[in-house]
Amino acid sequence: MGDSAADDSKIPITVDFSGGLEILFSNQRHYALSLPAADKDGSPSTIKSLVGYLLKELIKDPRQDLFVLDGHIRPGILVLINNADWELEGEEDYELQAGDNIFFVSTLHGG
Amino acid sequence: MASLHANGTLGGGDDSQNQHDSNLDNGTSRRLTDEEFDRYSRQMIVPGMGKEGQLRLINGRILIIGAGGLGCPAAQYIAGAGVGTIGIIDGDVVELSNLHRQVGHSTSRIGMKKVDSLITHLRDLNPLPTYIPHPFPLTPQNAASILSAYDVILDCTDNPATRYLISDVCVLLGKPLVSAASVRTSGQLIVLNCPPAPQGVLADGPHPPCYRCCFKNPPPPHAAPSCGEAGILGPVVGLMGLAQAGEAIKILASALHLPTHTGEANLRQPTLLIYSYDLAGAVGPYTFRALRMAGRKKTCFACGEGSEGRLTLEGIKDGTPDYEVFCGLNATPKGGGLSPQERITAGAYRAARERGELEGHLLVDTREREHFSLGRIEGAVNVPFGGLLMKAAAIKREGGRGAEILPGVGVGAEAAIFVVCRRGLDSQEVVEKFKELGLDNGGKRRIMDIVGGMKAWKDEVDPSFPFV
Repeated sequence: MGDSAADDSKIPITVDFSGGLEILFSNQRHYALSLPAADKDGSPSTIKSLVGYLLKELIKDPRQDLFVLDGHIRPGILVLINNADWELEGEEDYELQAGDNIFFVSTLHGG
Repeated sequence: MASLHANGTLGGGDDSQNQHDSNLDNGTSRRLTDEEFDRYSRQMIVPGMGKEGQLRLINGRILIIGAGGLGCPAAQYIAGAGVGTIGIIDGDVVELSNLHRQVGHSTSRIGMKKVDSLITHLRDLNPLPTYIPHPFPLTPQNAASILSAYDVILDCTDNPATRYLISDVCVLLGKPLVSAASVRTSGQLIVLNCPPAPQGVLADGPHPPCYRCCFKNPPPPHAAPSCGEAGILGPVVGLMGLAQAGEAIKILASALHLPTHTGEANLRQPTLLIYSYDLAGAVGPYTFRALRMAGRKKTCFACGEGSEGRLTLEGIKDGTPDYEVFCGLNATPKGGGLSPQERITAGAYRAARERGELEGHLLVDTREREHFSLGRIEGAVNVPFGGLLMKAAAIKREGGRGAEILPGVGVGAEAAIFVVCRRGLDSQEVVEKFKELGLDNGGKRRIMDIVGGMKAWKDEVDPSFPFV
């Protein structure tokens, strides 16, 4: 985790929130993050790792159940990996790549 | 300009051709009247539309479910384009608070059924289409018989239970569904079940997704705020309604709704359009996003493998699935555990104040800042719900003093606390929170919930209160 190894040990990604989820993240819709490239056990960082990171580092609002329920992204939230439904990409086991954009959207129902 | 009147010239050239295939074209070969030519000329000359596309619109039937912020602009452009049969279903009446966004209604028609109000407006815009009013809510019992009379369905509703119902019936009837939603400053749009594929078919795919394929489970009720609770900007929801009209016109004019057109060639990448409006910033790179969605899912409840055995029109009519239960609408709200001694009606609170019994008490209003700024009970202090929960969690985590959560307005540690919110749910949770933080001094200090919130205040105490 030393500075000299920063380039290899971190993955730069962008994370966006929409549909009201931004409220849980200090009302900011766009984040540029630098994530550890690997989990503690040495396996590559995945969407699951990202969600853990968001809960630990970024979410300020105590209403975490509006984002994660029972350890998984709650029903009614779409996750897009580089603009594609995460179901096309392997869902929470998708391994993050440098430059990825991960987009969390709460589905809307008003009209 | 005058040449556009020349029905004989423009239409006549096509006539010999048309007579050959008049049995095959579903009525797309008749002559247009002079008025039709004049009225629709500007869209007919758009490449790809033509007279044939126009006649498909004239022969087409669109159902708009919901005559609100999405339904009004959708209906205006669909009527303007000359879709021949336009059904509108909605059980509500026009209210003043609708008009900033529901621009197919009018101030003079407040109190009228929305369906009748909107059709009044549409007839004035274009008297040629047949307008069919359905002035009642869509239900599992009436959905199939209403939807079956239309070619394309627009979901312009405002709640998850109705959205799942509409999608399920569209799957069973083989109808394309143009679905949109909007709250606060966000909008979403997706075309579903288009071109329609029979329920349960997965072979020779890909096949288009239904609403359940894309949104398998509804959000918990407290995570799906309505426009009434969270607010809505007219142009945001309006843009989504316009996009729905655009998609519906495309489906009809290009005959994408017809089963004969079903096939791989016509299945485009299912796409969810997201509009994120920023009240404080210019249009930016994230304003519009087009997201690639998956097609029909094998595991989908409504259209996936074996779905014929669990979802039928008869079942829906008989209450299976139960859409309200599925969407968690029968669950009890949080904070239902307050004792009667911890609750006071708005009327009783006001009476106690007038009798001078509440000298020095603290009235905490937990609505959002925007709501509070539009009207409040005299002396109330604003501590918005979200921030309050955040602070309560921080105090617990870091072991701070419970009293830090209260605004520094110099009330005594013994002073009674009353909590009011918009409709009486959040306030109950806040009373619980305050007790958890020890603000009740082991029961010595009164902490009370005002039952029914500011809505009850308006109903019971002050009819002139500007409740939003």
